Amino acid sequence: MQKMLYREAICQALDEEMARDKNVFIMGEDVGVIGGNFKCTAGLRDKYGDLRCKDTPIAEQGFIGMCVGAAITGLRPVPELMFGDFMLVCMDQIANQMAKITYMSGGKVHVPMTIRMPIGGGRSSAAQHSQTPIAMVANMPGMKVVMPSNGYEAKGLLKAAIRDNNPVIFMEHKMMYTTECEIPEEEYLIPIGKANVSREGTDITVVATSIMVGFALKAAEELVKDGISVEVIDLRSIVPWDKETVINSVKKTGKLLIIDEGHESFGISGEICLTVMQDTFYDMDVPVMRMGTKDVPLPFSPALEFPIIPDKKKIVAKIREMV
Amino acid sequence: MNKTEKKELAKKFYTIMYRTRRFEQEVFEFYKRGLMPGLAHLYLGEEAVATGVCEVLEDRDYIGSTHRGHGHLVARGADLNLMMAEILGKETGYSKGKGGSMHIMAPDKGILGANGIVGGGIPIATGAAYGSQVKGTNEVSIAFFGDSASNEGTFHESVNMAAAWNLPVVYVIENNLYGISVDIRRVTKEHRLSTRAIGYGIPGITVDGNDVFAVYEAAKKAVERARAGEGPSIIECLTYRWQGHHVGDPGTYRPQEEVEEWKNNEPIKKLEELNLLTTDEIQEIKNIVEMEVENACKFAEESPYPKEEEAFEDVFVK
Repeated sequence: MQKMLYREAICQALDEEMARDKNVFIMGEDVGVIGGNFKCTAGLRDKYGDLRCKDTPIAEQGFIGMCVGAAITGLRPVPELMFGDFMLVCMDQIANQMAKITYMSGGKVHVPMTIRMPIGGGRSSAAQHSQTPIAMVANMPGMKVVMPSNGYEAKGLLKAAIRDNNPVIFMEHKMMYTTECEIPEEEYLIPIGKANVSREGTDITVVATSIMVGFALKAAEELVKDGISVEVIDLRSIVPWDKETVINSVKKTGKLLIIDEGHESFGISGEICLTVMQDTFYDMDVPVMRMGTKDVPLPFSPALEFPIIPDKKKIVAKIREMV
Repeated sequence: MNKTEKKELAKKFYTIMYRTRRFEQEVFEFYKRGLMPGLAHLYLGEEAVATGVCEVLEDRDYIGSTHRGHGHLVARGADLNLMMAEILGKETGYSKGKGGSMHIMAPDKGILGANGIVGGGIPIATGAAYGSQVKGTNEVSIAFFGDSASNEGTFHESVNMAAAWNLPVVYVIENNLYGISVDIRRVTKEHRLSTRAIGYGIPGITVDGNDVFAVYEAAKKAVERARAGEGPSIIECLTYRWQGHHVGDPGTYRPQEEVEEWKNNEPIKKLEELNLLTTDEIQEIKNIVEMEVENACKFAEESPYPKEEEAFEDVFVK
């Protein structure tokens, strides 16, 4: 096993896929010479050259659209958006072009591109740099949405995303880039669309995404002493998401708590709740609950930001309420 | 170019322009008969631009198109049957009825796609050019778009990157003076749009877009430059659409004298006036094209609609 940081695991995934397939290339702001604002592409420009690790001007519509054009003519672009919030700057190219070209062409034209981006709050990046805009892309048919929960997951899922012949939105949590992980020496891929039961339990099902998985696992650890057995499911992907695993779990536990960092209202938790409830209504003991970022733009001051994002303490309290 | 070459070209140009003209007129007929779902944005009057540009290209080159894309598709050799069937929403169409007029894509012909978002296709065409740089091949990409699209941010971003990186792309501005009802001169200070090239450090030229040979010559230079790795160019083609923005738009916002003047200087008439082809040769071309277009209409009208279940297919591929 190799010990490394989450961002190094991302870099290793990119390196391996670029070595394997010369059609894979990277593009984005600061990805080349300095190896990325969050250092996820360190060393790749030296290794693969300028054309395959391209520093762009600040022109998201332009370079994401260029990646669409390259993808439909035989290449496999993996552009980086410096912040997930900037998806909003180039939303036409993502949602109207990238996600719809395959369907509008009757399946003839493929768009094998993966857009990487950091999401999430917790470091006072404020409202325009801290969002977790999952719902807006999950709600538009035509693109897969993947959210790894740690470095090991990130590497396997990114390799799978790059090899996928469909568009993938790949959301990395910016607070996790310097967390440590263990990566096997051998190559591995994690399939998109299969959730992971990170921790087995019997009293309550906690479905979580991204950094929330880690918080939920820590909360589960703390609740052991209270005799509460928590099952934690890492969704891994939102589109498609593994309904079966969640449904089977809720049939077992009778309780469901959904935790993600998108805004609570009109987010993915509502979707998960409705879908699961249709098959487990009569197995549930208590109403489904959810935790997300509160419905306000993310504030700057830590005094304001921390209270509105779920964390281990809030999760422990919520589970105690439900169980 | 010698006389024989010029005559051969004239034959090709006439064929393609007449084919486009007649195809579009039949699309309009289908619309009037209530057989065409949605709307179409016809290329009538602008035929020389697509024809002149596409004649320069090799099979492996790419074109990005617009909502007014039938002309580009025909000039690039797209199948008329599949086009008409798609426009009528039939299962036998290019996209099995899923895309319609504005989203016809024919990858085997290097057609990156018609596009429903104004300016949306410009970065895509630019990306195809970037791709050929990465691959080390030297396919050229043509980005077709209108005067009004050149005011979208995607134009600026794309041309800037293409210029900075010497991408093998040619930007063809089809200046027909209007963005739906808005005269470009009311919303743009510098009306000579090709002068924007100066700001990007690349060549720009304005040509009579209804003179197919003028378009051809300008395109030939620009494509050669791109293919040689010298970077992009802007070609502004002055032209005019006969109809309103789409088939249902009477276009009353344009002065009647302006419409008449442009119709008197339309591309097919201008080609005839060069007297490169005999009346017989022209008639022969017309006869062939009439058959093609008639077959396309018949094929489209007789084709079945897609089945309901098909709506759920082709979101993702394997």
